[in-house]
Amino acid sequence: MKDENLYRPYAADVALGRCSCGQHGSQHEHDAEAARARSLRGEKAESLSTDFVEAALVRAIFPQDATRRRFLKAVGANAAMAAIASMMPISDLQAMTLEKAGPLEKKDLTVGFLPITCATPIIFAGAADFYGREGLNVTLQKTAGWAIVRDKVLAKEFDASHMLSPMPLAISLGAGSTAAPMVMPVMENINGNAITLHVKHKNNRDPRNWKGMKFAIPFDYSMHNFLLRHYLAAHGLDPDKDVQLRVMAPPDMVANMRSGNLDGFIVAEPFNQRAVYEKVGFIHLLTSQIWDNHPCCAFAATEDFVNQNPNTFAALVRSIIGATAYVNKAENRKGVAEMIAPANYLNQPQTVVEQVLVGRYADGLGHVLSEPNRIAFDPFPWHSMGVWMLTQMKRWGYIKGEVNYQDIAERVYLATDAKKRMAELGLEAPAQTYKKHMILGKEFDPAQPEAYLKGLSAGA
Amino acid sequence: MNKHLPIRAALLSLVLFACFIGIWHYATLPSDNVVVSAADAEYAALMGQGAGKAEGFPTPSAVGRTFVHFLSDPFYDNGPNDKGIGIQIAYSLMRVGAGFFLATLVALPLGFIIGMSPLMTRALNPFIQVLKPISPLAWMPLALYVLKDSDVSGIFVIFICSMWPMLLNTAFGVASVRRDWINVARTLEVGPMRKAFQVILPAAAPTILTGMRISMGIAWIVIVAAEMLVGGTGVGYFVWNEWNNLALPNVIFAITMIGLVGMLLDFAFGVLQKMVTYRD
Repeated sequence: MKDENLYRPYAADVALGRCSCGQHGSQHEHDAEAARARSLRGEKAESLSTDFVEAALVRAIFPQDATRRRFLKAVGANAAMAAIASMMPISDLQAMTLEKAGPLEKKDLTVGFLPITCATPIIFAGAADFYGREGLNVTLQKTAGWAIVRDKVLAKEFDASHMLSPMPLAISLGAGSTAAPMVMPVMENINGNAITLHVKHKNNRDPRNWKGMKFAIPFDYSMHNFLLRHYLAAHGLDPDKDVQLRVMAPPDMVANMRSGNLDGFIVAEPFNQRAVYEKVGFIHLLTSQIWDNHPCCAFAATEDFVNQNPNTFAALVRSIIGATAYVNKAENRKGVAEMIAPANYLNQPQTVVEQVLVGRYADGLGHVLSEPNRIAFDPFPWHSMGVWMLTQMKRWGYIKGEVNYQDIAERVYLATDAKKRMAELGLEAPAQTYKKHMILGKEFDPAQPEAYLKGLSAGA
Repeated sequence: MNKHLPIRAALLSLVLFACFIGIWHYATLPSDNVVVSAADAEYAALMGQGAGKAEGFPTPSAVGRTFVHFLSDPFYDNGPNDKGIGIQIAYSLMRVGAGFFLATLVALPLGFIIGMSPLMTRALNPFIQVLKPISPLAWMPLALYVLKDSDVSGIFVIFICSMWPMLLNTAFGVASVRRDWINVARTLEVGPMRKAFQVILPAAAPTILTGMRISMGIAWIVIVAAEMLVGGTGVGYFVWNEWNNLALPNVIFAITMIGLVGMLLDFAFGVLQKMVTYRD
């Protein structure tokens, strides 16, 4: 008798009376509703494929179904989901299975950017309508600072945004903000920054003598901050005690330097070149001299946005990778400079932008220098670069405790996604996502982050 | 003698303005020592020489050209980050209007209640005293976090800064209506609503409008700073965008526009104030 009963009063796994979720009159209604939702979900190709990937993954983790059930009973479904998601890049894999053919979930997008040359691919993709070719209508919104970018991304005012490449790592970890999982499908630029000193320091080029000087950085979670700290520490200075580091917007840096309030700054272009143009500073070194081909800015979005709009996101990434490939070609640089200099984008004199992009520039000391690799645009998000940034966050106390470097880098930097999009555009992507880097003459092995950190503190 | 006063004042204003421009002109005359040795022509070109680059503080004529340039087409729209000054000011006025209107809705009734009841005055006073001196921009991070929208946050900041002068002036105006008039109303057995609208409100109106005038002044100051912080649209963003370009003539132009609009707003409230004031 008891097994035929519709409400199964003798079954241990059903709630009698109200249902287990509390929103339906009975367990029977609850089950019917859930079945309806499942069958509806099964009709949609995308959810079918993402659900399949998720189920397959869970099956791979628990080959014995009994183990899976015991585990779920013990920790609860939500905790299990979070634990598995932290081990496996599920959303990354799910996005990979989705084909280009899918319809765009959202066509009108707002993308934030800061008016610096690092944003060249994002801006150029708008100016030359790479977005439109993918069927997207993107509004590029100029933004006053990195903290505002962070807040507007978290508030969902921006669907995606230009960011400093350490920012998506920091935001995902909840360093300097509330924690929100972020993904970074492409790097924007490599190199493209400089350390600029006040003209009065023309004869003070040795960092060992820089004790007591005041420097400006654009944001705590920036390559600028990490590279400057690394450079100062390598020359025996403690960046937290021996010098003053101030977070400042780039035009403020030039103005503060003019008034003698700053001795130097490290920032994205065109503001180093602008300081030269305004005759207040000279370029002490390009950051490529610290770490050649170092990462700088990035394009990032919240994981939520990507999960809800996988096709839109793929189209967005394709537009930007396409623009990146175009602006990276030396012969296009002059035209690009002309296109992005006007008020709607960088709002800078064209000659200043051109010197940065073309790489033939005045250094502020009376020389004309040629450095074609002054800035380059390479979209591939190397996991090893993310690992280096995390070692620096740990080194300078921005994150504490055990850091699972590779795991975090792989979750945030969507290298597999980038490879796929690059392949779609006929671009060659590297086979590996890790490589060793030479930074200030010292090799960084991404497989040994802790050993690298120990080596730095021991005798850098 | 006195009937010539306005004309003489206007003349004096003109003379002062001419002096100001003259001093500015002489202070910014180009000096000769800025010429870099022309030995390296390429270096000079990269430094912007011969390309009409302005050196040092802008001259009055450069700023004048900027005025003509921007005012000849105040409503152009070159995309989301480059709009004419007219459009930018309209955005700012809209935000100020919305925040100010909301503040009026809250501050006037509340001020009335506080002014009529000594108990409420004492009970609410500690809160008002703590909230009043907070710089409106200090609310901005909190507003951005809670409201999750920079436009709404801007309006909220205007709302919160417009509140206090209106609230306090309304309360003060209501509390200091002459006793005789209240007593007359009581003798005539006027109902409470009629007393509020026909005796107290007209008597307190000049003070209330003074509060609104002060609020509007503060709101206009705050919106520029808020827009510089958040960016996007508005005259504050315009200043920031030109600052990003280190273009001082454009910044001076924007500052002047902000001043003129502020003056017009103040003038409008001055007229309103005159309309409700009467001599006894």
